[in-house]
Amino acid sequence: MSLLAQVRPPEPFHAPGLETFRPPCIVEWHAFGVDFCVDRGVIYMFLAAGIVIAVFLLAARGGPLVPRGVRNLIESIVDFIREEIAIQVIGQEGRPWVPLLTSLFSFILVANIFGVIPGLQLAATSRMAIPAFLAVLVWILFVVTGIRYQGPGYFKNVLFPPGIPKPIYILLTPIEFVSTFLVRPLTLSVRLLANMMAGHLILAIFFLGTAYLLAKPSTIPFAVPAFGLSVALVGFEILVAVLQAYIFTILTAVYISGAVHPEH
Amino acid sequence: MGELLSQVGAFVAQVEGDVGVIGRGLVFGLGAIGPGIGIGYLVGKAVEAMARQPEAAGMVRTTMFLGIAFTEALALFGFVLTFII
Repeated sequence: MSLLAQVRPPEPFHAPGLETFRPPCIVEWHAFGVDFCVDRGVIYMFLAAGIVIAVFLLAARGGPLVPRGVRNLIESIVDFIREEIAIQVIGQEGRPWVPLLTSLFSFILVANIFGVIPGLQLAATSRMAIPAFLAVLVWILFVVTGIRYQGPGYFKNVLFPPGIPKPIYILLTPIEFVSTFLVRPLTLSVRLLANMMAGHLILAIFFLGTAYLLAKPSTIPFAVPAFGLSVALVGFEILVAVLQAYIFTILTAVYISGAVHPEH
Repeated sequence: MGELLSQVGAFVAQVEGDVGVIGRGLVFGLGAIGPGIGIGYLVGKAVEAMARQPEAAGMVRTTMFLGIAFTEALALFGFVLTFII
């Protein structure tokens, strides 16, 4: 009991908010009129990229014909992306896109998983910079792919889908323009960001709440279910991390598929 | 008089802060109703389809996740708006 009293959190209870996503800067400098700030999140971003590169290099080394260990894992991920995402969504033209989709999936997965790893506890994707950058990348990618596969007729196919009575275009064309070129990158980035942000906040609130419930003897019975639920939520967050990486990848494939095949 | 005015000002600021908190809650709560119904309906139908045609389960699952992603986006806009307003 005396140990519990020592770890008593500061009064009064203050719910964790957006400031949890702005850890203090480790290195900061000012150049070209912009304030650069390297904090934990930035380091985790490079760490995620480094881990992905290292693991894939490790798996790409030659070895026995029957894959073992890390190579087995990576092969199953690549196989999953190729069969379940690229070929199923885009078709046989999807094969050249497998490297891109695999990189996207593994980077987002590792960056998301950082949110639940003890000691790190901050997903690199829970701040707008990375989701927004990835969404803009995908946006440029599918527009360029559409122009490459269908020529300038891509915009005509998207904005004026054939086989529709002419007056409907007055209504349809603005909707298609907004939903294809404006809402797609927005939802792609906001979906990933909001999922990781919400997960981080919920975990922070639950664990902090458990600490506060433990501080007073009268509320200790309530701390037990709160702690159990917090641990269950960590498992849920792992599920969300994998699911969001999957959804980002499959939506990228769907957008590319729309650019490769004209709508009919 | 000036003291009274400052008290009224403090009271109004207090009420505005409270209304802001209620508004934040309302934005997310109301924003979650539609997507909640939508996702429930969507997954229910997907399970129905998978039970009827188990051989099409893979395709149905992919399409289901896509549909969930689109429906969920509305709730997430509400979540983000909570922090913006």
